[in-house]
Amino acid sequence: MTEDVVISTRDLTRHFRVGGGFLGGPARVVRAVDGVTLDIRARETFALVGESGCGKTTLGRVMLRLQEPTSGTVAYRGTDLTGLDEGAMNALRKKLQIVFQDPYASLNPRMRVGEILAEPLRSHGFGSSAEIRERSAELLEMVGLRRQYLRNYPHQFSGGQRQRIGIARALANGPDFVVCDESVSALDVSIQAQVLNLLADLQDQLKLTYLFITHDLAVVRQFADRVGVMFLGQLVEVGRTEELFAAPLHPYTMLLMEAVPRPDPHQRGRDRPILTGEIPSPMNLPPGCRFHTRCPFARDICRVEDPALQERGGRTVACHFPLNG
Amino acid sequence: MTSPSAPLPADAIEALEEASFLRDTVRAFRKNRMAMVGLAFVLLLVLGAVFAPWISPHDPYRVALDEQLLPASTTYWLGTDNFGRDVLTRILYGARISLVVGIVPSLISLMIGTMMGILSGYLGGRTDFVVMRLADMMIAFPSLLLAMVVMYTLGANLLNIFIALALVGWASVARVVRSQTLALREKEFIEAARANGTARITVMLRHIFPNVVPTLIVLFTLAIPEAIMWESSLSFLGVGVQPPEASWGLLVAKGKEYMFQAPAVAIAPGVAILLTVLAFNFIGDGLRDALDPSMKD
Amino acid sequence: MAETDIILSVQGLTTEFSGDRGDVRVLDDVSFDVGRGRIVGVVGESGSGKSMTALSLMGLVPQPQGRVSARSITLDGQEISRLGPSAMRRIRGRDIAMVFQEPMTSLNPVRRVWEQVGEPLAIHHGLGRRAIRARVLEMFELVGIPEPKTRLDAYPHQLSGGLRQRAMIAMGLICEPKLLIADEPTTALDVTTQSQILRLMRDLRDRVGTSIILITHDLGIIAEMCDEVNVMYAGQLVEQGEVFALFDQPAHPYTRGLLASIPRATEPRAGRRMPSIPGMVPNLAKLPPGCRFNPRCGEVMPVCLRRDPGLTAAGTGSGPGHTARCWLHSPNGGTA
Repeated sequence: MTEDVVISTRDLTRHFRVGGGFLGGPARVVRAVDGVTLDIRARETFALVGESGCGKTTLGRVMLRLQEPTSGTVAYRGTDLTGLDEGAMNALRKKLQIVFQDPYASLNPRMRVGEILAEPLRSHGFGSSAEIRERSAELLEMVGLRRQYLRNYPHQFSGGQRQRIGIARALANGPDFVVCDESVSALDVSIQAQVLNLLADLQDQLKLTYLFITHDLAVVRQFADRVGVMFLGQLVEVGRTEELFAAPLHPYTMLLMEAVPRPDPHQRGRDRPILTGEIPSPMNLPPGCRFHTRCPFARDICRVEDPALQERGGRTVACHFPLNG
Repeated sequence: MTSPSAPLPADAIEALEEASFLRDTVRAFRKNRMAMVGLAFVLLLVLGAVFAPWISPHDPYRVALDEQLLPASTTYWLGTDNFGRDVLTRILYGARISLVVGIVPSLISLMIGTMMGILSGYLGGRTDFVVMRLADMMIAFPSLLLAMVVMYTLGANLLNIFIALALVGWASVARVVRSQTLALREKEFIEAARANGTARITVMLRHIFPNVVPTLIVLFTLAIPEAIMWESSLSFLGVGVQPPEASWGLLVAKGKEYMFQAPAVAIAPGVAILLTVLAFNFIGDGLRDALDPSMKD
Repeated sequence: MAETDIILSVQGLTTEFSGDRGDVRVLDDVSFDVGRGRIVGVVGESGSGKSMTALSLMGLVPQPQGRVSARSITLDGQEISRLGPSAMRRIRGRDIAMVFQEPMTSLNPVRRVWEQVGEPLAIHHGLGRRAIRARVLEMFELVGIPEPKTRLDAYPHQLSGGLRQRAMIAMGLICEPKLLIADEPTTALDVTTQSQILRLMRDLRDRVGTSIILITHDLGIIAEMCDEVNVMYAGQLVEQGEVFALFDQPAHPYTRGLLASIPRATEPRAGRRMPSIPGMVPNLAKLPPGCRFNPRCGEVMPVCLRRDPGLTAAGTGSGPGHTARCWLHSPNGGTA
């Protein structure tokens, strides 16, 4: 493992039991994350894209051990997080942070901004209350808000401002790795670009590494350095953003890109290929390649054999018949 | 940095020192007129109950068989009961028991129920299983029977009424608080606290608890009249407060028999219960609003 | 466009809400037409009034806090702006139907899908169960629900989000309305499902000739779907025009800013920072004087701070139907 890998997962899985229990009949297993191996490098923005239910959010949570992995490992700069006890893990949380999607649900409505920002500082023994207050004010200014806002409650802010507060909270203890879970998806278009620019500036200033979880491919292309495409709990393609968008290898990546509406009426996609059918239930996965039920290029082997993630010119893809190859 | 953010939408910045949620709440509460009226009424009642021996016009226990069921007069403002005792005096003395019986066990069951509910909902797993099965047992067991068993075994006195009522009351509080906690636990701000390494006990105290308080207040205002009525049932069955002691529940229960000759004997304590409950409701509403930060602008 | 080709004509639609802190005008003098068989987009951010436009047209603005007024609203030549609640009820679902954003909550979880989809038929045409069921089956086939027969008796939770939204569209179209209003119909769906639903709506317009008002925040969807576009900002229309004119020659600085700030999946990354519109979406209770966009506008002039420019011809050589609410395009410029 090289020095500059910040987060590295090995065969990480997270399964949920659904139903079952006391007199509840047999439980079924949802494979939300099913064998993900991934390295995220220092100071890069790694985007995780996929449709709802593909496991991208769960993967982000498991990386921070906000949810426990079922098997596999997550390491932060060489330290295996899965083996840490609660105290050691909590101490490391200074370095591992998250910015959430919903600017409304992510701030406690009954706490003032000052208290919201002070809490993580206090949890890690930042200093006296005067120092904590000063640091909180500094954090607000860092995200482009006025320090007077420390006295306000979340409901007094707009969605974009709340998201800035959520970012300030994540920055409180000087993190190294930040998971941005759909952090701009709920914002208005004109505000979205502001927050993305803020995230970019902070990354430069504070040498942050981002895991950027989103369903929005347009944002990915304009914001991320590398991309991982997830489908039903697995990575199906990983590569540098430009290469992946210019020539997707996995049919799913291609169809996902084609599905994005283009803000240009001259490019109307009446003839663009369209992904038909429905995503299979993660409780009842098809045999072979998980994508074969929707794949326009599926052949016999795809229905039987699950393709392994393979190297292809610095990119990886899990497909028997990669495109553009 | 990015574009400067526009001025604050709300006209909220006043001269605020290091204010806390509690202080904000008190300030907001004091602005609520109905709540303050309710609070004044309850305070008056408490004073009346405490100083009953000094301010009540008559002896609550003096039997005067020649003055049975008298109508209201300048001597007896609310008339007399079937033993010729002054109804107003009995209500004042009854307030001593009824207020205590209304408030104390409700508070106890609220405290136990909240603690159990939050622990159960937030920790989940085995804690949840044990606490909830215990609560199920309490709810499934006929509560009047349970209370009577307690009273019979421990003896019929005030302390034991508290125990009996709290034992009956906590389980339903715990159920409500647990379901709220379960919903809150999924909120992102709880996850954010966890991601920051906030201790579990801090999450429960500073994040979960303040967000269940509005529910607790509603439960509390509902529990007070219920407890008063429970006490009267127990007293009626002969395991609660015993005559000639007076409690409002007992006064209503006994006074019912003379509804046609002297309606005031039953109605007056009934009205006392009604007004008290109303007052607590006003206080409850005021508290609930005061605790909601978005109502404070 | 000939008069008879206009299915809906809205003139001066204004909606106000009264609250604790006075009245707020959430829609201010909105006027637009929808041609027969056309897809007309309404695009804007939160608080722009785009959804309120739909609710006001449908007579679904909450009463009594909300007050809707209009100089005139004609549906296929019939004046409907003065109709009372019961007359509006007869129009809703029969002449104008609506598809909402959230396919999860717009269906009742305890009733079978066919009963709900067929409900407008029972209400407006008094059809019997057998006839309704047959018609729902037809509609399911029309909107491309696979295995339509077996889906009739499903409960909503047994359908995926995409199928539920197809069912909602089937319900919207079951009485063959003159106009379908779709309010963010694909916002809750995944992109791949979204493209299926959008394609369905386009096909329906092409095959059945449905006139559609499509409300969205997504300029991509507008570009893919619409013939004409209405851009809204802070309760007002700020730009109106035919879709190509609007995207090729956006006239209002807000439209230009929006088009510049949307990330594009088809173009390589431009740089570290993206163009953005500074400031916040305005609070309707505290609007600035003059042009409502002036605090965020990069081309603001003194007149913008004093007077609202009104909608005038965009003057970009893009045709007569292209209008903008901006002093840059006003005939007497910034001199007024």
